[in-house]
Amino acid sequence: MNREEIVRVKNLVVRYGRDLILKDISFSVQEKEIFIIVGGSGSGKTTLMRHMVGLEAPAAGQIFIGETDISAVSEDRFFNTLKHIGVLFQSSALIGSMTVAENVALPIAEFSNLSTGAVAAMVEIKLSLVGLEGYADHLPSEISGGMKKRAGLARALALNPDILFLDEPSAGLDPVIASEIDSLILHINQTLGTTIIIVTHDLDSIFTLGQRAIMLDKSSKNIIAQGTPADMRDNNPNPVVRRFFSRKPADSLVKS
Amino acid sequence: MSRESNQQNAGFDIHEDGDGTITFFFHGRLDMSTAPACLRRLSSIKSRRPPKLLIVDLAEVSRMDDYGAMVILQLMQKLNLGSDSLEFANADESHQKTLSRVDFGRTARAMPFGRPGNIIVQLGESSINAVKGALFFVEFIGSMVFAFLKAIKQPRSFRANDTIRYMKTTGVDALPVVGLISFLLGLVMAFMSSLQLSQFGANIYVASLVGVAMVSELGPIMTAIIVSGRSGSAYAAEISTMKISEEIDALAVMGFDPNLFLVIPRMIAAMVVVPILTVFSNIFAIAGGMTIGVFILDLSPGMYMARTIEALTLFEIMWGLLKALVFAVLIALTGCFRGFQAKGGADAVGNAATSAVVTSIFLIILFDSIFAVIRSYW
Repeated sequence: MNREEIVRVKNLVVRYGRDLILKDISFSVQEKEIFIIVGGSGSGKTTLMRHMVGLEAPAAGQIFIGETDISAVSEDRFFNTLKHIGVLFQSSALIGSMTVAENVALPIAEFSNLSTGAVAAMVEIKLSLVGLEGYADHLPSEISGGMKKRAGLARALALNPDILFLDEPSAGLDPVIASEIDSLILHINQTLGTTIIIVTHDLDSIFTLGQRAIMLDKSSKNIIAQGTPADMRDNNPNPVVRRFFSRKPADSLVKS
Repeated sequence: MSRESNQQNAGFDIHEDGDGTITFFFHGRLDMSTAPACLRRLSSIKSRRPPKLLIVDLAEVSRMDDYGAMVILQLMQKLNLGSDSLEFANADESHQKTLSRVDFGRTARAMPFGRPGNIIVQLGESSINAVKGALFFVEFIGSMVFAFLKAIKQPRSFRANDTIRYMKTTGVDALPVVGLISFLLGLVMAFMSSLQLSQFGANIYVASLVGVAMVSELGPIMTAIIVSGRSGSAYAAEISTMKISEEIDALAVMGFDPNLFLVIPRMIAAMVVVPILTVFSNIFAIAGGMTIGVFILDLSPGMYMARTIEALTLFEIMWGLLKALVFAVLIALTGCFRGFQAKGGADAVGNAATSAVVTSIFLIILFDSIFAVIRSYW
């Protein structure tokens, strides 16, 4: 694979006060791939993502989006970089007082210099991309969790970003809806060629979507495995990794 | 990472055939960076009779995304065309991929953004909502009465600790602000009335004026307004937060009566505390009046107090306290009611708090007028 490395994280260190959260993390994401950040609860995967989209500044290390080091860049340049990324938060983070259509229209109207009618047409196109036709005028509180994810996805995709960050896209959804969201993510990756970075601990999503993955661990505060998900499951000698992928508690591993 | 705007190679050429076919040759990029320029050029085209066939030629298009598709959609709307008279020419594989993601027929028909209905519909809807709100309020008062009866029948279900906590937040914590405001009110009242009364040499009546006005009218009202701003809004915010985060449903599922659990303690706390605060308010206001009387009007403190006591009757004081009690019920009731009414997201909490204050101040003034009418026809 000779693709460009679109995101590079170099020697990232994260601290909250005196607590060390992530210790010296380095990895890179290639253009157009689906990259998964795996880890148990509390392993710092969401924290890692929040740093990668510039919501928090690292204690040390660099994060490159394209050629820009977002941890050390002027406000303007950072703002420019932001237009190339889309983020779907775990809670979908739709603005509660706006309809689905208004939520999706928000970035389009702000950054694309289009007239109201053109923005409305764009919103319609984006909503049909995620399969939300007919829900434009619903408030976020009136739609289900899966639809909220779709609406959040439509908003994240509004400006045709090069990189899409998804925080636990299938959390809190039933298996059927979760797999629908997974196929939507695959569809977006294949048709739009968007690089997708997913933070998740959902095994089904990991194996359906993941082309490459890294696994974070709470105790070592570092990457303990990387490679394809299947490889991590089958060939990794680390018991923590095997336990995670076989979904077994430590005891049964000892007995078997 | 290629989205720098290069509008000079945005655009299209138009070719019209005699047989009603119109062909748009797009060239360069047809994506997010060029869409605004294309649309601007489109809008300058004069509207015309719809052609039989619209051909969109993509041979010279280097890159296309769904913003480009949107340009074609707008073109269709401009020409008043359905998707059945739209044809694409020379679309390569990547263009096909983009085009396949957009349902031209459906999207062109879809009405983007819902508009609010016309004025009659809006009027009807808001009338229905008003009636619903009133019914809900009646229901709420009814369930409150039942909760009260239950609390009397089963004293164990009454939450004494919560009640005492609310007495502290509603009463004790409000003392400084009630005291200060009442003291200043007394000062101002005494000073302003002395300006008039001193013309007749009737300075001594300042004492009875401040005393009577405070005890029978302003004391209960000022206290109630302060409490509704401090605590009525807090009740609404607390309960609406619990409502939207499903905590109230959780209580109901565990077998608690939400009214008994949340409203009765607040109600009793307010009923105990507001009359006491009113007494404090009266005392502070009289002290404020006396400050003016002693330092500016040269009255002796003893004389001031004697006039005040002479002017006040026990009935007057009890009447004021009865009002305070009624206001307390109103404050707790509207605060809790607005909280239970909350629906939706986090903004509902703000709305609940605001409308609790507005409603309770309105009701306080309304009931105060009713009390005045009752007294005049006693």
